Amino acid sequence: MTKPGDKMTWKDVEIGSIVTEPGSASQYQTGDWRSQRPSLNRKKCIRCGICYIFCPEGCITQNAEGYFESNLFYCKGCGTCACECPTQAITMEQEE
Amino acid sequence: MAKRVGIEVSQAIAEAVKMANVDVVAAYPITPQTHIVEHLAQLVADGELDAAYIPVESEHSAMSACLGASAVGARTFTATAGQGLELMHEVLYVASSMRLPVVMTVANRALSAPLSVWCDHSDAMAIRDTGWIQIFAENGQEVIDEVLCAFRIAEDQRVLLPVIVYLDGFLLSHMIEPIYMPEQDEVDKFIPPYQHLLPLNPDKPVTMGAFAPPFIYSETKKAQEVNLTAAKEVILQCWDEFGNIFQRHYSPVDCYRAEDATVLLLTMGSFGETATVAIDKMRNECRNVGLVNLRLWRPFPFAEIRQAVSKAEVLIILDRALSFGGPAGPVCSEIKAALYNEDKKPKVISFVGGLGGRDITPDGFEQIINRGIEISQTGSKQEYEMYGVRE
Ligand code: SF4
Ligand code: SF4
Repeated sequence: MTKPGDKMTWKDVEIGSIVTEPGSASQYQTGDWRSQRPSLNRKKCIRCGICYIFCPEGCITQNAEGYFESNLFYCKGCGTCACECPTQAITMEQEE
Repeated sequence: MAKRVGIEVSQAIAEAVKMANVDVVAAYPITPQTHIVEHLAQLVADGELDAAYIPVESEHSAMSACLGASAVGARTFTATAGQGLELMHEVLYVASSMRLPVVMTVANRALSAPLSVWCDHSDAMAIRDTGWIQIFAENGQEVIDEVLCAFRIAEDQRVLLPVIVYLDGFLLSHMIEPIYMPEQDEVDKFIPPYQHLLPLNPDKPVTMGAFAPPFIYSETKKAQEVNLTAAKEVILQCWDEFGNIFQRHYSPVDCYRAEDATVLLLTMGSFGETATVAIDKMRNECRNVGLVNLRLWRPFPFAEIRQAVSKAEVLIILDRALSFGGPAGPVCSEIKAALYNEDKKPKVISFVGGLGGRDITPDGFEQIINRGIEISQTGSKQEYEMYGVRE
């Protein structure tokens, strides 16, 4: 993709809307679908990784300190992590 | 030199498809198209045509298999009719949107219910907006010529779009006609090898039919529309070159004794042949009438239609399909729309007739023209009249 999708004109569209760049879906920001964002309370978190396993978006990764963080570029705000967390360390907060 | 042979049109289609050297045929039999794919199956089974013949379980699968084959760069053909075409419906959009140059013949058939295997154009009209190039043939020779042209047009890298050649079910598909079949070397020269610009290829992977969010879908559709509209130039070039080689000439709109006519009848498909008899008779009686036959249905030939009817006072359009609850027959609606903003335009009168295989004889065409002229003077309470229906 030479231009970001939302800047492409119809002339930039590849024939048959064929996608020639492998893995280009990773450039697609699903984070802007979100109306609530997960917020982690580190005091409650036991770093068990259950949120990481359950996130349907696969957007939670473990940082150097062992905490599990959500990548907000992709996080759709579904709340699954908050629901599954055994210690209620994650709360869903309204996006502005 | 081409030989003229007496042959059933369906069988001649199969022979033409063989000469075009297709790689893949995926089809499901349905009346009145069956003879086409039956004969192709025979040619493959006898080793006369080196192609993969996929006997699928439905027309939906037939078109889907054609898409896959065309996407890897195989020359692909299928045929269907009536209900079969409707079952393909959603896949037809995918073929044109993904720029896959599948060639298909449709032996036009009425739609159920009640069940009818006989000819009208309801099947074609229901898939009007699927983005395919669509050509209506008038006789057997034209069907064969248009099938050969279809491969060349579809696979042209400026086009890369699927093409339907419509032939009236039974009236053309089951006729034995004297047909000039071309020589193999002429066909080889006329249809260059097919090369898709971005085929499915494991060494150079691409994604076809990916999803498009709202921020890009409109752009993809605009690109598709520009592509289909621009295909007209390539179609005209192809017909020109076909005419130079084979001495049979085709154009988007055919006019018969129409130049000075004040009253024009417009038809599509095999009606055009019969109607000429009525026109000749009326001309002999010094009636100032002519015939226009619309061959290229998509992309719609706006300029040619406007030009063909610009001098007429009355234009009578005979549709072979109903648009239930609509303003006129579907072809008539489009032509009315094409003429609406013109300064000089004929009065347009809409008839629907020939549904479900009902014949219209030369006398019938004369009656339609006379009634059309009458309506143009007196007006009518109906948006359109159905010819020949028992009241
Ligand atoms: S809200 Fe949903 S998408 Fe976002 S991190 Fe939690 S589970 Fe994943
Ligand atoms: S599930 Fe809860 S406790 Fe476990 S790692 Fe995630 S946030 Fe921490």
